[in-house]
Amino acid sequence: MATENTGGSVEYIQHHLTNLSVGQGFWQLNIDTLIFSFLLGGLILFVAMKIGQNLRTETPGRFQNAVEGILEFVDNQVKDSFGGKAPALIAPLALTILIWVWLMNFMDLIPIDLLPAIAHGLGVPHLKVVPTTDLNTPLAMALVVFMLTVYYNLKVKGFGGYIKMFLFHPFGKFFIPVNIIMTLIEELAKPISLGLRLFGNMFAGELVFMLIALLTLGATVSASLLIWFPLQVVLDLAWLIFHILVISLQAFIFMVLTIVYLGMAHIDADSH
Amino acid sequence: MNINITLVAQIIAFVVLVWLVSKYLWTPLSALMEARRQKIADGLSASERGKHELKLAQERSAEMLRETKEKANDIVAQANSRANQILEDARVNAKAEAERIVAQASAEIDREVNRAKEALRTQVSAIAVTGAERILKREVTNKDHEAALADLIAHI
Repeated sequence: MATENTGGSVEYIQHHLTNLSVGQGFWQLNIDTLIFSFLLGGLILFVAMKIGQNLRTETPGRFQNAVEGILEFVDNQVKDSFGGKAPALIAPLALTILIWVWLMNFMDLIPIDLLPAIAHGLGVPHLKVVPTTDLNTPLAMALVVFMLTVYYNLKVKGFGGYIKMFLFHPFGKFFIPVNIIMTLIEELAKPISLGLRLFGNMFAGELVFMLIALLTLGATVSASLLIWFPLQVVLDLAWLIFHILVISLQAFIFMVLTIVYLGMAHIDADSH
Repeated sequence: MNINITLVAQIIAFVVLVWLVSKYLWTPLSALMEARRQKIADGLSASERGKHELKLAQERSAEMLRETKEKANDIVAQANSRANQILEDARVNAKAEAERIVAQASAEIDREVNRAKEALRTQVSAIAVTGAERILKREVTNKDHEAALADLIAHI
């Protein structure tokens, strides 16, 4: 393990929570987050192009079938929210979120010390392999979704309509100051909760993996290991299986909320 | 886990990824699925049309069969009546011919009778002359005359 010789569970966890980065303060760039998210994005594109090269209408391959299934699933979600007149951007956006977030979450299922230990062997001091446990990644996506919400709000309702939504939305025209504050909170809470939900779930999940790993951290060969080691294996396996559900669910929730938020932006102000 | 410049980098990465996925995965694949959907719909409607046409053709063929049967019946009936007519004509002709032949034969017979009568008359007159000669050789009396005549008649 990476931190065996330095010892201490606090240090172990802190070590695991530190990104491989360059720069200081705001200008700090988390290299590991970028590398893994870019690699997974690249994987998506590689597969996409591979499928795109031999698309077959009559006899789709097994893999094409699977991708078509995912695509249709996403398309149905979008159609359900929009009633069949969604802009062309929405569905690819939702698909990208679903696959990318799921793949990034999936990095959590790789044994927690495996990749950092290999990196350590190569002389890299820190490595966080799950990009979604870096707040920047979920928040980046949430902000893009937020900007799109504002854009579509302005596009569908017009500038006046958007302002009207702030002025009259929850309580009608006699509570304008209250309305502004309420709507502002509502609108801002959307991207923040969207980003923090994913981050929180993945961060907590990773932390549990670390705690399970701590069971035998720095243990010597002794009789007590006979109890701790099987316990660790059982716990790890249980959490792993449960976590498969969590990562899929979080990716799905992120996608559905994106669609819902963008769908709400397309509802006319009058029908509020 | 602080918010830092990585956020901006991830925003850019995300936007680019969405764009690329849209371009290389979503657009071609959804176009293909749409094309397939269209093709299946076309095939279904074509089969529907084919079924409809088959039904029409069946109706037409039944109609034709019925018409043909009617025509055949007509032709048979016509042929029958024509045959009857020919038979009738033949019978009438035969009768007329028979009558003509009978009439000819009876005319022939009449002619023969007349000729025979003519010949008989000649012979009678010759016999009469002969009888007269014989009578004249004798004394011609009324009684003789009568006897001669009776004799003559007996000869005839």
